[in-house]
Amino acid sequence: MAGHSAQLDAKTLWGGKESPFQTSYGKLMMWFFLVSDALTFSGLLIAYGFTRHDAQDAWPIGEETFNSMPFLGHGYPLLYVALMTFILIVSSVTMVLAVEAGHRMDRKGVTKWMIATIIGGFFFLGSQAWEWSHFIHGSEFGKIELSDGSQAIVKGHFGEIQNFTVTKAGSEHKVGAVIKDDLMHQFQHAAEQGHIENGFIHLSDGAVAKINKAHDHDLKLIIKRDGNTYKVGGKEITGKTAENLYYEALYAGEKNRVIYGANMKQNEYGPQQYAQFFFFITGFHGFHVFSGVIINILILLGVLAGTYHKRGHYEMVEKTGLYWHFVDLVWVFVFTFFYLL
Amino acid sequence: MERDDLIEYSLHAHHDEAKGKQIRQKIYKVTLLLTIVTVIEVFIGASIKQSSDWWTAVKVIFILLTLLKAGYIVMVFMHLGDERRYLRNVILIPYFIFVLYLIFIALYEGTAIGGVWDAMWQ
Repeated sequence: MAGHSAQLDAKTLWGGKESPFQTSYGKLMMWFFLVSDALTFSGLLIAYGFTRHDAQDAWPIGEETFNSMPFLGHGYPLLYVALMTFILIVSSVTMVLAVEAGHRMDRKGVTKWMIATIIGGFFFLGSQAWEWSHFIHGSEFGKIELSDGSQAIVKGHFGEIQNFTVTKAGSEHKVGAVIKDDLMHQFQHAAEQGHIENGFIHLSDGAVAKINKAHDHDLKLIIKRDGNTYKVGGKEITGKTAENLYYEALYAGEKNRVIYGANMKQNEYGPQQYAQFFFFITGFHGFHVFSGVIINILILLGVLAGTYHKRGHYEMVEKTGLYWHFVDLVWVFVFTFFYLL
Repeated sequence: MERDDLIEYSLHAHHDEAKGKQIRQKIYKVTLLLTIVTVIEVFIGASIKQSSDWWTAVKVIFILLTLLKAGYIVMVFMHLGDERRYLRNVILIPYFIFVLYLIFIALYEGTAIGGVWDAMWQ
């Protein structure tokens, strides 16, 4: 805030004794730290843009990857990230209200708004955990390698798997037995390993079962890696052709024709670097949020103990506030460059 | 122990209830603005596809809106707008020099490095 000496001329300010910035040491150092941290994040985001530009059309689009909502399923492009952005902006507002209350020496106000800020921070962390989990586990379709060597991501409504009917006995399952548990998980695991052939799944005990599955709807393949026939940026493949191509690959009985979710080696969304940047940038930011929440809790304890009231000012709240706003600031840029563009 | 040659700047940041009310009103206004900008961004992002002819314009709009949001967060929420000019310059000028240089070098060397990468993966 404007100091006591807003009218001081430059000669007095720079003449010694006074701080030319009219700020305390702690606040100044917090600003210097934030500048260096801002440069780190800028470097990461510029590296992201650089890599993305090189990958061109193969790079996933935010709304293709992030279109789910908790409890509601798919078909809500970007809404969840927007909600996360809103949560972080609101918690930034409650923080600035805490700082303002501090300037009036209003201890109750500071306590109230600090608690609200911490709750907002936990909400954001929870949302990010959900998003990571969703990103790692992936979609129902996965990314498929077509017979011409191209790779495609798949959109549409996945027909539910009703059951597996055993047609060849194994050590655990008898012929005619109907398996109804953990179907999706077994299905995806077998597909990745190449244990599904022509609609029959090979179970881990050696049994073979027929997959009874409802029809998919509105299937759409978007090419993410060039093959002999299909190219990146070409026409979208829809309808019967899409369904044939998808199941030809999924039921080929070959390993690695389909990838579900993401890890450090491969992911279903696009080039390998995409998931690595996702994990690093949102992870690094998430770690900042986590540290921020911890620092806020420590400062709240100080407020409750009356430490700052005795000191005569709530500058500690202002300093941790600077850090918290910075975390919000970084998210604004991550939101734009990672999710929107 | 008090030292009279040190100035406790932290004590100069206090304000009264009337000023506080004014500040809070400004905070609420900025909150509304940030929310509206985010809603607009999501709306544009969800309704205009990347294959559209408008996408280049949309990209520019996104970046401008982001800079607008960032400006409000730094100037109002972080109070940098209320600090002395010298402090503001010491924070912003070094940052912009480095980042503009980084963006410049990424654009300038991008083509050359892209060529090397393509050759590596052929």
